[in-house]
Amino acid sequence: MLGEKAFRKLADQVLAKSKADQTEVLLQAGDSALTRFANSYIHQNVAESDAAVRLRVVIGRRTGVATTNDLSAEGLERALETAMIVAGLQPENPNLPPMPGPQVVPQAVAFSEATANASPELRARAAGVFCTLAREKGLTAAGAFRTSLWEMGVANSLGHFVHSVGTVADVNTVIMSEDSSGYAEAAAVDVRHLDVEALAAEAVGKALRSRNPRPLPAGEYPVVLEAYATADIVSIMGYLAFSALAVQEGRSFMAGKFGQPIMSPAVSIWDDGLDPSGLPLPFDFEGVPKKRVDFIKDGVAIGVVHDSATALKEGVQSTGHSLPMPNPQGPFPLNMFMAGGTASAEQLIAGLDKGLLVTRFHYTVPVHPAKAVVTGMTRDGTFWVEKGEIAYPVKNLRFTESYLDAFNRVEAVGRETQLLVSRFEIGGVRVPAVRLAGFRFTGTTEF
Amino acid sequence: MRELTDRALNLAKVKGATYADMRIVRRDIRAITVKNGEVASLESYTTAGFGVRVVVDGAWGFASSARLEPREVDRVTALAVQIAKASALFKLEPVNLGEPVAHVGTYRTPVKIDPFSVPLEKTLELLLAADAAMRAVKGIVVAESSAAFIREEKTFANSEGAYIEQEIVETGGGLEALAVGNDDVQQRSYPNSFGRHQGTAGYELLEAMDLVGNAPRVAEEAVKLLTAPVCPSGVTTIILDATQLALQVHESCGHPIELDRVMGTEAAYAGTSFLTLDKLGTFRYGSPIVNITADATIPGGLGTFGYDDEGVEAQRTPIVREGIFVGYLTSRETAAKLGQRSNGTMRADGWNRIPIIRMTNINLEPGEWEFDDLIADTDDGIYMEMNKSWSIDDKRLNFQFGTEVAYQIKNGKMGQLYKNATYTGITPQFWAGCDAICNRNHWNVWGTPNCGKGQPPQTAHVGHGTAPARFRNVQVGVMKG
Repeated sequence: MLGEKAFRKLADQVLAKSKADQTEVLLQAGDSALTRFANSYIHQNVAESDAAVRLRVVIGRRTGVATTNDLSAEGLERALETAMIVAGLQPENPNLPPMPGPQVVPQAVAFSEATANASPELRARAAGVFCTLAREKGLTAAGAFRTSLWEMGVANSLGHFVHSVGTVADVNTVIMSEDSSGYAEAAAVDVRHLDVEALAAEAVGKALRSRNPRPLPAGEYPVVLEAYATADIVSIMGYLAFSALAVQEGRSFMAGKFGQPIMSPAVSIWDDGLDPSGLPLPFDFEGVPKKRVDFIKDGVAIGVVHDSATALKEGVQSTGHSLPMPNPQGPFPLNMFMAGGTASAEQLIAGLDKGLLVTRFHYTVPVHPAKAVVTGMTRDGTFWVEKGEIAYPVKNLRFTESYLDAFNRVEAVGRETQLLVSRFEIGGVRVPAVRLAGFRFTGTTEF
Repeated sequence: MRELTDRALNLAKVKGATYADMRIVRRDIRAITVKNGEVASLESYTTAGFGVRVVVDGAWGFASSARLEPREVDRVTALAVQIAKASALFKLEPVNLGEPVAHVGTYRTPVKIDPFSVPLEKTLELLLAADAAMRAVKGIVVAESSAAFIREEKTFANSEGAYIEQEIVETGGGLEALAVGNDDVQQRSYPNSFGRHQGTAGYELLEAMDLVGNAPRVAEEAVKLLTAPVCPSGVTTIILDATQLALQVHESCGHPIELDRVMGTEAAYAGTSFLTLDKLGTFRYGSPIVNITADATIPGGLGTFGYDDEGVEAQRTPIVREGIFVGYLTSRETAAKLGQRSNGTMRADGWNRIPIIRMTNINLEPGEWEFDDLIADTDDGIYMEMNKSWSIDDKRLNFQFGTEVAYQIKNGKMGQLYKNATYTGITPQFWAGCDAICNRNHWNVWGTPNCGKGQPPQTAHVGHGTAPARFRNVQVGVMKG
């Protein structure tokens, strides 16, 4: 880690040298370690330490960018020179937004000393909990336990300076028998909040319950989706639809629907980079403070996230959701939440006369992005439910379903929410389990 | 570099390592994206650092850092040893790497034109011209053209005497046109989807793509798709173009032959494999005309190199011979468990990642058909071209792919254009239905620069040599409307 003082010194050095009209220094640094286990032993165990700066210069309406992790004076000078050369080669961009000026950025509670100082032995012991319990039950454990310290800073020549450090601890496990598997996953700012014993028991219990799965024909069934599966739906919607650029380009299902009900009234989804119950990040890659943005409120389409480019186009303010600028992807929600409901986990299942309980999805990919049609598989515990009780495990199924249509069929929402690392590996998503009146399964597999 | 690698390897030994290796890697990337007439991004990206991998008390440890200086080398080496000792708290059996690997050598990607020597203006001009040609077609809402150039310099040294220096150069480029209208969104890409086609080659690869010449066609096809009917559902014959077949090979053959997946060490993330050890040498993977080879030596392939990241030389290995499954992709550790020698497929995504088993160029060997003859020989079926979506289960059996375009084949002729085409199947049943593969005239090694695997995640650059091929009795179409 560089630290705020060293980053300020480095940024001052670059800004003083730059002859561009505007200059931005974006710092992304981190120390991360991950202990991986499989076949109930630790087979990979890694650590990394990196710090890179991305220099963005604007000359007139031309932008140049260069990134380096050589933070020596010579390295920074070379990168600045490259960025200037790149800017000089570009055609003018008439729609180039200015860099943000000085503004107050609220603090976010995102740092844990315990996570930052987690040792290899701590991670190994956590891995050992899964391995030991699995062996005791005649099963095998696989998974990963990671502790990360991240650092981000933005300084620009308009006088804006922000810097923040945070931590993330996350764990996932797949526990297997010869014909079944179970899953558990969790994330937290503070590593001490990861209850590895409970997670191991959850995954082991599911692996034991899903033995001897029976085949089930493809078809449309009511389902209860555990939070792991809900997270996939919410994350993919964020990627496909909750960005202003997707709306402006007409490829989002939100386009032309603002103010209208587009999902079940039981669904509310938003982004909040400051909520301490998520994995907070107080500002975006331009240094703009994060604002809470409601996407769906009681089923009604409300808003989308902006960066400075999409905001300029619509004459509104950035919501603090830029990726490193400029980029073709547009703004991105990194701290998504879905509101919990009132049902307990048991009540969600009790409400199924006949249907499926799905632990999680695997390899989900948009088939028709504008309609949020996605295909993927179930994995690590799929069960047939009858009269409100789990009847027996079933073999995995392929689905091809519009996530938008699926969230129009939400019947009940679980009251507990779970925090998970986003499938895009940056940011978090906190979601509940849900019960849907129907979900379209289009294929079967052999296990 | 020798001084630093010696320093790390000696220190590791002093601290109790029975094996150690060090990789020093510098990667320079230049990436340009033009979108709707503007340069959406033009970046120069440099990352450099080193990683030290050790075996201590029979278990693995790895640590890495961006600061390549003697004191940091000492700190990182000591950390790798500490991590390995923590791994040893929960080990099953001591790591066995088999026979020592002590190659000393160098490798450089042969290039005609160094892409970093070409003025950026030239590439910008090319991409802007392609972009303008796409946007000249009415109905195109998003036009995107891109190019990427990568140079990776890496030094590998291990405690068994290996010392290898390599320079891998890659060039890539492509187009995407998005048409919006008729309450629909449709895309077409060239020469491959998801951004670009890529190879270990110089600027000559980008020039050969003729992006500007293909831009109007790509855009027109995207617009035509808006009013095309949805591909009908049913069990039928399909012919896949080479780009779609490349991804089919990638997902349904390339991943399940990774021996680490087979042995369960990727179970928590990517999954395992249906190609279990008992199937080696006997299992019928496909029809007798199906021959698949892993070849890290083929010129220009995106999975081509001199030595893998364990110092093992690049090799050509049979995977499926006349339809029978005969080989895995292996590492030193996994090969030793089978009593074999590694076939050199361990690669790391940069200095801060450990090497894991990755595809090289996994090639479906060419058959005997001319493409026109293949169409003429097909009475009733669907021709599908270029991937739009892909998904496969965690043992690599049930897959579903969507393609950007499809055409009806009737009485040996291509007819009606279809949109939203998908097909699905079970891997060995699908490959058993392969009854014709086009010849070398239609064969190309396609680059896949976005293959994800591992925790923490790694992205590998791999290749697939394919020619169009025909498959019988395939389920087509699962989408509504």
